Amino acid sequence: MLFENIKDDFPILEQEINGKKLVYLDSAATTQKPTEVINSLNNYYTNNNSNIHRGVHTLSQRATKDYEQSRKIITKFIGAASSKEIVFVRGATEAINLIANSYVKPLLNKNDEIIISQMEHHANIVPWQMICEEKKAKLRIIPIDNNGELILEELNNLVNAKTKFISVNHVSNSLGTINPIDTIIKVAHQNNIRIMIDGAQAVQHLEIDMKKMDADFYCFSGHKIYAPTGIGVLYGKKELLEKMQPYQGGGDMIKSVTFEKTIYNDIPNRFEAGTPNISGAIALGEAIEYITQIGIHNITKYENDLLNYATSKLKKINEIKIIGEAKEKAGVISFVIDGIHPHDIGTILDSHGIAIRAGHHCTQPVMDFYNIPATARASFAIYNDKNDIDKLIEAIRKCIEVFS
Amino acid sequence: MNKWDDLYLEVILDHNKNPRNNHKLEKHTHHADGHNPLCGDRVSINILMDGETVKEVSFTGSGCAISTASASILTETIKNKNRTEIKNLFNDFHNLVTSENEVEKKLGKLAIFEGVKKYPARVKCATLSWHALMAALEGEKEITTE
Repeated sequence: MLFENIKDDFPILEQEINGKKLVYLDSAATTQKPTEVINSLNNYYTNNNSNIHRGVHTLSQRATKDYEQSRKIITKFIGAASSKEIVFVRGATEAINLIANSYVKPLLNKNDEIIISQMEHHANIVPWQMICEEKKAKLRIIPIDNNGELILEELNNLVNAKTKFISVNHVSNSLGTINPIDTIIKVAHQNNIRIMIDGAQAVQHLEIDMKKMDADFYCFSGHKIYAPTGIGVLYGKKELLEKMQPYQGGGDMIKSVTFEKTIYNDIPNRFEAGTPNISGAIALGEAIEYITQIGIHNITKYENDLLNYATSKLKKINEIKIIGEAKEKAGVISFVIDGIHPHDIGTILDSHGIAIRAGHHCTQPVMDFYNIPATARASFAIYNDKNDIDKLIEAIRKCIEVFS
Repeated sequence: MNKWDDLYLEVILDHNKNPRNNHKLEKHTHHADGHNPLCGDRVSINILMDGETVKEVSFTGSGCAISTASASILTETIKNKNRTEIKNLFNDFHNLVTSENEVEKKLGKLAIFEGVKKYPARVKCATLSWHALMAALEGEKEITTE
């Protein structure tokens, strides 16, 4: 069985929390790291640490080779046409800020519009709000329904001649909804609008192919796909990246600098000013190789079984209401319990060694829509199993007992 | 004994289920809203002062068991106390839930919140209503903790 001994690959899961074996159900916040990824960081700093793209010495050449090798691994993993389309960033948040400032802002005039959805993470709301405020443009919102699905018909009403950009998430971090991005991308392109997809909650669960998907920009964070924090990926179509202004100025993003004129570097280096997170980028490549070995199709199916198992078990508890019941979901179950605040649930589950997230998950508009302050959220990864879910259910029952 | 037994004591669970003075106060002289953006907890404190003394106090809002019980017990505790007494209570309470050192037990019922100390993420829950109270007394309308 592919997933049977997979917990052994994640040393952090061996520990006990409050006297109980750790059950980690907060992978939508960040995933744990397999030994390969941890070793990769160790190996880089033990054997190869140096700066990239500028040294003739052996260490620099090794570091550069590994860093660029990781870019190739990512290119293949997401089906990009060229590794020039892969920009290393700190995470999805930086990728969105980069596109907002370097691609969208120069296009934006007064009263122009940008479309996002009601289920976005704050990272896919605030950067757009900031440029809208600066340019006196407007943010328009695709609404959601009670199941936590986008009301797609509204998109057609929102799109108009003033729409300059669309940015939506692939999978919602608080509801788990898998959005019909193929349809949204089609609508965008039929109206000559460029579109960005925030894949922070998608790439670890679903197969991604940029050539098929045809998104103009796509992004994700390494730490949600078993890699370290502080590294992420912005994918952009080559012809769009080539036309874009740099995001930050500094070393490595230039060809030549004089006080009169600076010639910017080619893509993707133009967008990677300064010494990047070299060890993180290399470890991200390792993480992707690790999950590629397991097979993303196998992961999708395995996690989907877990999600269905957890959903049916939770539904048997009368006091529980699941928030977000889209037909297509990945990785996440948000729920509330009658009369028990999510933070109290979180504290009591922690006493059973179970880590879940409690809060608004950086999606306050979603909480407002459901008229709740917060939810409890269990989220799944490849190292979870049905036993973890049984423990979750048992602890939830105890929690209800305490507050009854 | 479960680990959280020192946090979710019977008294706290009771005040969470049946919060005291949990209503609006039509006639009030002081008011402030407290908000913890991290968890979405909200509390509004209304006070009717008679000179320097709290004559009536109530709260409304929504939050976790710790924040609800804390607000409820706060309203019971500060009634008929003057500003100086309340200021001292606030300082003692704050020390109780944050200080590493043993705090002298002169807090009466409030002492049940000592368990919060072991849950750094929950300290704000216990102190939110107290911060709102102090803001109200000082004439501020809104406070935010994070």
